[in-house]
Amino acid sequence: MTFWRQAIEIARVDLVVERRIGNTLRITLPFAVVALMVFPIALGLQLGVVSVVGIGVFWALAILFGMQVALRQSATDTRERRDLQALLGVDPTARFVGRCISGGSLMVGFMLTLLGGMIVLFDPVVPPGAWPVLLLSTLLVAIGLTELATLAGEVTTDLSNRTVLASLIVAPLALPLIIGASQSVAALERDTGILPWTLLLIATDLALAVAGVALARPLEEATR
Amino acid sequence: MESVVHLQDAGVSLGGRPVLRHVDLLVQPGESVGVAGPNGSGKTTLIRAVATLIGIDRGSIEVLGSHLGATDLVEVRRSIGLIGHQPSLLSELTLAENLEHVARLAGLDVSRVANALDVVGLAGAADRRAEAVSFGMKRRVEIAHLLMTKPRLLLLDEAASGLDESAHDLIHALVGSVCGRGGGCLVVSHDRSQLGELAARVLSLSGGRLERVT
Repeated sequence: MTFWRQAIEIARVDLVVERRIGNTLRITLPFAVVALMVFPIALGLQLGVVSVVGIGVFWALAILFGMQVALRQSATDTRERRDLQALLGVDPTARFVGRCISGGSLMVGFMLTLLGGMIVLFDPVVPPGAWPVLLLSTLLVAIGLTELATLAGEVTTDLSNRTVLASLIVAPLALPLIIGASQSVAALERDTGILPWTLLLIATDLALAVAGVALARPLEEATR
Repeated sequence: MESVVHLQDAGVSLGGRPVLRHVDLLVQPGESVGVAGPNGSGKTTLIRAVATLIGIDRGSIEVLGSHLGATDLVEVRRSIGLIGHQPSLLSELTLAENLEHVARLAGLDVSRVANALDVVGLAGAADRRAEAVSFGMKRRVEIAHLLMTKPRLLLLDEAASGLDESAHDLIHALVGSVCGRGGGCLVVSHDRSQLGELAARVLSLSGGRLERVT
């Protein structure tokens, strides 16, 4: 009970802080939407091309700006806050889970908004049955990217240039998510089945969750 | 009776450089011990080691009867209260929200917050955000936090620096309350006059060694 109480409290306060700072809503999201608009404008009236590249552009921007959303927590984490939480007896695993809950909620909201923007601006051509697959892939990528960034934030705690270092950790390790997500819709077009790609996304999410939970305590102690 | 803090021949190195060497320190229940030293003498490292926030490289350390290294730190840490150099408040939350957050994480009743803020003289500022209040007010919130959590070991790292007289009185009261419950306090500062007011005995830390008793 204590574990979940702590995890939910950490998530709750993180979301309150995010609502007041507005990093995601007022900074990252508007820029991502502007970036989304650049492509149709640059491609002019070639509507056929715009509708074909839509999903690819969405994934590229979702990963790029999603990383900003995911890494936002580690940029505001101070040693004093970590010390306080340690002395209040906060379980490092509850901390990891709490941060994943808040970061994941933000990430899902961010990606769904971006997906909506892409649909409006690009009017993408998709094979039958692609929308549920795209929605599922978006959710799985959002969860995986949040877990990865939370883990990277913990690994780089107290290091100078931690935001840069965390990005360098997240970028290569996000490859399975990027490949799984982009290939799941492409597999529908090729009619080759989405199961392997969906399983890749689920397995990556689960592996990151297990790694985060298992490493939370050792990382907490090792980074002191 | 078990000691509150017991360091024997303890040493700490940071970045390969020895910061604390051969430190022996005993804080008995009901006792407040002061450690004076110039900047860079290892005071904060000593406090962080006793707070279990950094490990020692040699010797042994026992806090509240638990030998660190052989114990689950979570339980020991719940009994430690620390006021460090920088306030640990979340700037975007109000003073009351900061304390409510602490109460929820510690599993305490949130209704204690109003009373704690009242005791430290901040009842009228409960709804002000931490980013909009002075350093002294943030310190008072930290004192209120420790009044709520009732630690058995109180660690103060330059906690009284830059505070007005009434805030000094609150820190005195906090030290008195912890020692009165049979806990112990370790107070470090570069200012010996402050230590004289807060601690029954004062040690001197220089070059990472606890040197003499005054």
